[in-house]
Amino acid sequence: METIWTRKDLLGLEDLTKEEIELILSTADSFKEVSTREIKKVPALRGKTVVNLFYEPSTRTRVSFEIAAKRLSADVINIATETSSVKKGETLIDTGKNIEALKVDIIVVRHNYSGAAIMLARHLSASVVNAGDGWHEHPTQALLDIFTLKEKLGKIEGLNVSIVGDIAHSRVARSNIWGLTKLGAKVTVCAPKMLIPAGIEQMGVKVTSEIDEAIRNADAVNVLRMQFERDEENAFPKQLEYFKNFGITKERLEKAKKNIIVMHPGPINRGIEISSEVADGENSVILEQVTNGIAVRMAALFLVAQANDPAPLI
Amino acid sequence: MIEKARVLDKDTLNRSILRIAHEILEKNKGTKDLCLIGIRKRGAYLAKRLGDNIEKIENEKVPVGILDITLYRDDLTLIAAQPVVHKTEIGFDITDKNIVLVDDVLFSGRTVRAALDALIDLGRPKSIQLAVLVDRGHRELPIRADFVGKNIPTSKNETVEARLEEVDGVDEVVIVAKN
Repeated sequence: METIWTRKDLLGLEDLTKEEIELILSTADSFKEVSTREIKKVPALRGKTVVNLFYEPSTRTRVSFEIAAKRLSADVINIATETSSVKKGETLIDTGKNIEALKVDIIVVRHNYSGAAIMLARHLSASVVNAGDGWHEHPTQALLDIFTLKEKLGKIEGLNVSIVGDIAHSRVARSNIWGLTKLGAKVTVCAPKMLIPAGIEQMGVKVTSEIDEAIRNADAVNVLRMQFERDEENAFPKQLEYFKNFGITKERLEKAKKNIIVMHPGPINRGIEISSEVADGENSVILEQVTNGIAVRMAALFLVAQANDPAPLI
Repeated sequence: MIEKARVLDKDTLNRSILRIAHEILEKNKGTKDLCLIGIRKRGAYLAKRLGDNIEKIENEKVPVGILDITLYRDDLTLIAAQPVVHKTEIGFDITDKNIVLVDDVLFSGRTVRAALDALIDLGRPKSIQLAVLVDRGHRELPIRADFVGKNIPTSKNETVEARLEEVDGVDEVVIVAKN
């Protein structure tokens, strides 16, 4: 029995079933080939309009969504809130309703408040795709991480995956944990104690503050960026101190499995969470993640658009 | 759904495929620049079988590819069951090739229309021909097949099901009455 996608939105991986996650991954696998063609375009979303509504700075994710939508033949509008009416005090829901009144089919939203995408989706009949909400979820990033892992290692079930870095403030970590554990991977999170949120064990992960322990048996390590811009209380370890104790370096990888996969959602801070040698080295799949992001986002846009179409006529 | 008639069985179905293989070779004067592209799902298996037959006849392998047309359909919102996107697997350049597009049942012509769009996005073939196991009539577009296994006149209240061993465990074509 093939899984059917019925959700008008993609808000996070917490709500999805294992089968729904697998459907996105297999759809993405089919879409990957489109980007290798001379004419990198299929007409699947012709006549649909996608708005990228970004309340936080982003290049990678926004461009990736834009390219994904364009390769599906959708029309794309980008709204950066610094130059929009949001500056005049318009609320998120009002902005959303105005965009919807322009007969837009899909809104891709990034917001600094956790739950923003969920709230928007509840108030709109257009599809909403979460491109990152506060510290909550960043589903397409986790999906592309998992897609890349699966492509490299053939499966997810039974893998040991360690997530290293600022777990507390990371929506990427949270979405990865939901997705990976649902697909049967064993997840370890590793960070300075102050960057591990209380109760994270309840998500089914192992917790450590010893980097060598985190990578010793890992099949893959997902290195998160240290988000110093979120350090409002000036309580983070300093950059050099962090690199010394948690940075992924060639020396540290020598104690890990030889073919350990090194991932990073970008942008990378060389010499803080990862050394240049490792970032550019043979274990790194960082740029492949970027490529795979397009296929994963094409799948997400295609599936939500299809589910949100009017009822079948026959 | 009631099965009304079995129009091809294992033997007649395989003879039809063998005959089409001969006709393709005859029309294209051999295997030069020839390639077969099957439309998922059953057209892909038929293309593979045609390829095997051609290899037996001519002792030459012809490239065989698979085309998924889900993204090119004009009726995505009209079909009840949600289509699942599968891969297009064409491991060769189609530019300047003589392509035989293969499908199981030719009906409205809309699948073939979508396949033509999809193919032309991949390159510029010298020619595209169409081979189908069954032509059941009721065309809605100006499309016809170059090679036909069997013409089966049907009413619109009937459907034609081509079943292949690779997918359905049996080789046969049956006419089914809709309730």
